[in-house]
Amino acid sequence: MNDLANSTMTTTSPPKRIDFNTPELQRKRRIRALKDRLTRWYVLVGGLAVLAAITLIFFFLAYVVLPLFQGADLTAKDSITPAWMQDAGKPLMIAIEEQNQVAMRVSDKGQALFYELDSGAELRRVDLPVPAGATVVSIAEDQPGSPLVAIGLSNGQALVFRHTYKVSYPDGKKTISPAIEYPYGEAPIALNEQGAPLEHVSLNATDSTLLLAGSSGAQLYVLSLTSEENMMTGEVTSEQTRIDLPQMTEPVKNIFVDPRQQWLYVVNGRAQADVFSLRDKSLNGRYKLLENGEAQVTAAAQLVGGISLIIGDSKGGLAQWFMARDPDGELRFKQIRTFQMGSAPIVEISAEERRKGFVALDAAGKLGVFHSTAHRTLLVDQVVDGQGLFGLSPRANRLIVEQGGKLQPLTLENPHPEVSWSALWSKVWYENYDEPKYVWQSTAANTDFEPKLSLSPLTFGTLKAAFYAMLLAAPLAVAAAIYTAYFMAPGMRRKVKPVIELMEAMPTVILGFFAGLFLAPYVEGHLPGIFSLLMLLPIGILVAGFTFSRLPESIRLRVPDGWESALLIPVILFVGWLSLYMSPYMETWFFGGDMRMWISHDLGITYDQRNALVVGLAMGFAVIPNIYSIAEDAVFSVPRGLTLGSLALGATPWQTMTRVVILTASPGIFSALMIGMGRAVGETMIVLMATGNTPVMEMNLFEGLRTLAANVAVEMPESEVGGSHYRVLFLSALVLLLFTFVMNTLAELIRQRLRKKYSSL
Amino acid sequence: MKQNSLKGWFKSGAPGVWISGGAVSIAVIMTIGLLAVIAVRGLGHFWPADLIHASYNVPGLPAHLVVGEVVQKEEVPRERLKSAGLPVPDEGPEFMTRELIKVGNRDLNGTDFTWIVGDWLTNQTTPPELMAIERREWGNFYGYLVNVKEGGKVIAEGEAAWPQLQARVQRVNQLAAELKTLEKVDIGAINAGLERIRLHGRKLELDGKLDAAAQADLESERAELNARYKDIEARLADLHAQFNRDSLTARDANGKEVEIEIGKVVHAYQPNGMGTFTKMGFYFSKVWEFLSDDPREANTEGGIFPAIFGTVMMTLIMAMIVTPFGVLAAVYLREYARQGTMTRLIRIAVNNLAGVPAIVYGVFGLGFFVYVLGGSVDRLFFPEALPAPTFGTPGLLWASLTLALLAVPVVIVATEEGLARIPRTVREGSLALGATKAETLWKIVLPMASPAMMTGMILAVARAAGEVAPLMLVGVVKLAPSLPLDGNYPYLHLDQKIMHLGFHIYDVGFQSPNVEAARPLVYATALLLVLVIATLNLSAVWIRNHLREKYKALDS
Repeated sequence: MNDLANSTMTTTSPPKRIDFNTPELQRKRRIRALKDRLTRWYVLVGGLAVLAAITLIFFFLAYVVLPLFQGADLTAKDSITPAWMQDAGKPLMIAIEEQNQVAMRVSDKGQALFYELDSGAELRRVDLPVPAGATVVSIAEDQPGSPLVAIGLSNGQALVFRHTYKVSYPDGKKTISPAIEYPYGEAPIALNEQGAPLEHVSLNATDSTLLLAGSSGAQLYVLSLTSEENMMTGEVTSEQTRIDLPQMTEPVKNIFVDPRQQWLYVVNGRAQADVFSLRDKSLNGRYKLLENGEAQVTAAAQLVGGISLIIGDSKGGLAQWFMARDPDGELRFKQIRTFQMGSAPIVEISAEERRKGFVALDAAGKLGVFHSTAHRTLLVDQVVDGQGLFGLSPRANRLIVEQGGKLQPLTLENPHPEVSWSALWSKVWYENYDEPKYVWQSTAANTDFEPKLSLSPLTFGTLKAAFYAMLLAAPLAVAAAIYTAYFMAPGMRRKVKPVIELMEAMPTVILGFFAGLFLAPYVEGHLPGIFSLLMLLPIGILVAGFTFSRLPESIRLRVPDGWESALLIPVILFVGWLSLYMSPYMETWFFGGDMRMWISHDLGITYDQRNALVVGLAMGFAVIPNIYSIAEDAVFSVPRGLTLGSLALGATPWQTMTRVVILTASPGIFSALMIGMGRAVGETMIVLMATGNTPVMEMNLFEGLRTLAANVAVEMPESEVGGSHYRVLFLSALVLLLFTFVMNTLAELIRQRLRKKYSSL
Repeated sequence: MKQNSLKGWFKSGAPGVWISGGAVSIAVIMTIGLLAVIAVRGLGHFWPADLIHASYNVPGLPAHLVVGEVVQKEEVPRERLKSAGLPVPDEGPEFMTRELIKVGNRDLNGTDFTWIVGDWLTNQTTPPELMAIERREWGNFYGYLVNVKEGGKVIAEGEAAWPQLQARVQRVNQLAAELKTLEKVDIGAINAGLERIRLHGRKLELDGKLDAAAQADLESERAELNARYKDIEARLADLHAQFNRDSLTARDANGKEVEIEIGKVVHAYQPNGMGTFTKMGFYFSKVWEFLSDDPREANTEGGIFPAIFGTVMMTLIMAMIVTPFGVLAAVYLREYARQGTMTRLIRIAVNNLAGVPAIVYGVFGLGFFVYVLGGSVDRLFFPEALPAPTFGTPGLLWASLTLALLAVPVVIVATEEGLARIPRTVREGSLALGATKAETLWKIVLPMASPAMMTGMILAVARAAGEVAPLMLVGVVKLAPSLPLDGNYPYLHLDQKIMHLGFHIYDVGFQSPNVEAARPLVYATALLLVLVIATLNLSAVWIRNHLREKYKALDS
């Protein structure tokens, strides 16, 4: 041994040592190591960046949605004590013009004073043509957004004027020159002919008619001024008509005219409102405004559009009221919703000009920002100490409060007051509606339209579509998966599975177009056939199966095991042909020739051509491959030992299937259903094309629907970037994202657990 | 005995087997049936069907002649026709046929299609001289050729007119091609040049560098372009005059004579006189026209080439973005990240993103890519074009990016699967021989996983090509004025809006004013889209199977 070793040692020449540490190789190694590190970093950064980009979707959607739920933000600037304040008298009203540069203040001295909003510097002073000896006792503005103002004088007369602002650019600098105009003449209009002071006034102007109302004590005076332009001569003739209404018993506190000049609301006494119909000049009713007997009404205002009244009381409560139809069909003044600000009496309420929001000030100097429809209290903040008067800018982003001889300018940031949790998901009582409802109506043709952004009908539509789709897809896909995985001959399985799975890749736009253009009219024309098909198919299959089992063995044995579905293809085709062929006959025999007419007339069910049935069929078809593929995997991977054991114990294949295989694979099947549901919920094109996209909340199989996804696809391109509608659409996308993400994650976790369980078996 | 056996049969559980077997058959029948309906309707559209000439006698009304092509026939209960207000006799068969006839002549009749009761059609013939004219506007014309005129003078009548007409239609089509080149390419280039000069001037102005010299420079460039435009305009006028030289007179079913300019005619053919082979030739030329032509008449006629081109461009750009990033993320997850709960969660999340509704990606694409990214790009790089947005509006780039985001999970999952299939031994062998991890990755792992990446990419392309909902938000329009790739600098217009096959289907099928006329075209487009996507998917399946076979050998 030793010799041998020695001899080998001696015969071979000593191996030539390679120097691995030459500078060249060292450098090369360093470069390789550097490259390795670089690759590591590159992959790390790149990979994480891709993953981050994916998660960015969620955060970006949330980032866009978030401002919806933030309240308002009020920023106070330094208060100003302008010089003109000394001799300006008591303020009655403050208004701000569109550009937020000029404010107007009307005082009890009958003077309109314009000043710069930011500095408080006086711009112009206009003495209103108040007759000598008379003083201003009351003031009223027309609807929010209209620059018309009426003042009530101590001699029973009223004066109507308008404040206007002309924008010009002398020397390239923007200048706003305010002015006062008198569209109904400079002479005051006598409202109370007895000459008693007009303690309250109200006005409403349409193109042709000015309605002026005033009160002295419990006496009510209403005057209608109609001006007509003669078509031939262009001469304007005006006509005064006195409207006589039943008189009050208690002193009047507030008068409001509805802009369609149909109703006159008179708040009087401690806390009651009399509503008069101006059309038939009668009392509609007397309503108690406050439940609390000690409280009384201290302020009131009309919201933009003039339909709603906001009533503020001495306990700091605010309530929205409007006329709505009773179940008996009568219009009644109803309390819609209430707000609470503080405990001090509300002294002033001012409505926004573009939205159904309003701002209120109480006697303690607290300012509250509210939105009526969304039922939101966006902000309550102390702005001054003590009772004051404020003006709100047309865009509702600037405020100025006058109190104790000082001006307090404020900026208000309140971008999305109209959206709230309750507005999105609960029933909301909108103006002109007789009861609270779920409504999605984001845009309309008229201008004083309030967007109705309830996601409930859309969510309902989404779930309805998904439900009908699952009704078709779940049994079909699961049964097919079970058969393919467990009973089907392996050769056939290899062919059938890819065919069904190929459907998963089918563009949904094709299914949608097929459903909308082919299926919808076809179903409409063959309704009895479709329903009898659904009923006859299982019966036909069973009959075929039973007949097959009765066949002589020589024939039966020729068909290998697991070929039942191949045998059934002609049977199903025959049953399908038969039901569709029989469809017109059944229609004639049972439904008087037209089942669609029968459904809508005899059953009284609305029938849309593109309805939930069509969506169910088309979308069911779309989700079958998703469910099928996962459920099939779950059933197929049930360990062989379990089924063989069961079969060995004498169970029939079907018993093994129901008692062993399905039970074991049930989590997998369940997760398949969840994934199918997720897909059905998020599907866009099919619903977009196969339904009429009407946002209704009806479970009716024959009515259309609108889903969240389709709604986004339809409305997103038209929505204003950054607006509430835009953000609500983002919210619906976020809801979809979260819903499907949660569904899929749950399904995935269940599947992973199942896989672990199988591997231990 | 029999009842017993039925009971026994039920007890054996065989019904369950049959029912579930039936479910498979139903699924397969539905799949194949859908494809068959689309294929039949899509392919049938191009066939020059026979035209009928018949007399239509509605009871109680004077008979009139109908000429056209029967598009659809159905049996309808008599009651339903009656309730639709037709003067159906009280006695008669229970069912009547109703036929949808394409009568064309929209300029005369107001509609292209009319439903008639088949039982009231009499004296139905298919005269061989009946002709169909496909026009550039107003849809098809059906009638008889009377004469052909050149410059208002009749040059051929009766029998002789037909060959004359054919020759002239051919000439007009050549002229039309020339006109199109002039209008699209030459004038397009001039317009692009003018716009570039305008933007350049504006940019100089913004930078405060617009002095007299620069202005003169721009002016001279502009003048040169305008001169070129004058040239082309003259040529255009000349071509137009030539184009409108000829006309034909045709007689419609009821004997009314109409003059049609040959410049408006795309094809004139007499289907009843064509043999099967002529029809086949015509058929394939129509199919080719469908694939290669621009759409006409609000997309309801003509071809879909811009939509094919837009789809291809968008998917190509998407594939170029999605593949490297998807692979990078997969390599990180599988090769570099420490395997644990975190990676498991990430994997689940990535997997699930594939199930997130496509419209959500569209919303994200619009909000983030278009408004946030695009808006910033515009402010930084294209201030001269503002307030008109360049990238701050939906366009090709954003559509591709959105779809890339949508498809990246597909690539990640497929690549990861491929990486997981590579046996550990291969990696360990490489490392044991002294290769660094990076070298193993580049030289061993990635080449071996390349088929998987390929699969992922193909699946991503298939998914992206069929997705429509997000595109509606981020860059697809019903009619794009020009292709995103042309001869004008910068050649590839990433900011341009594109047409897309899927959106074309939605738009033509649902937003078109003349749905009935557009329907066959929609079927044909759908068929094309299905074929493309099926091919992509099948090739992905094939590659995957191939790959599995390959590594089976390695495993053992």
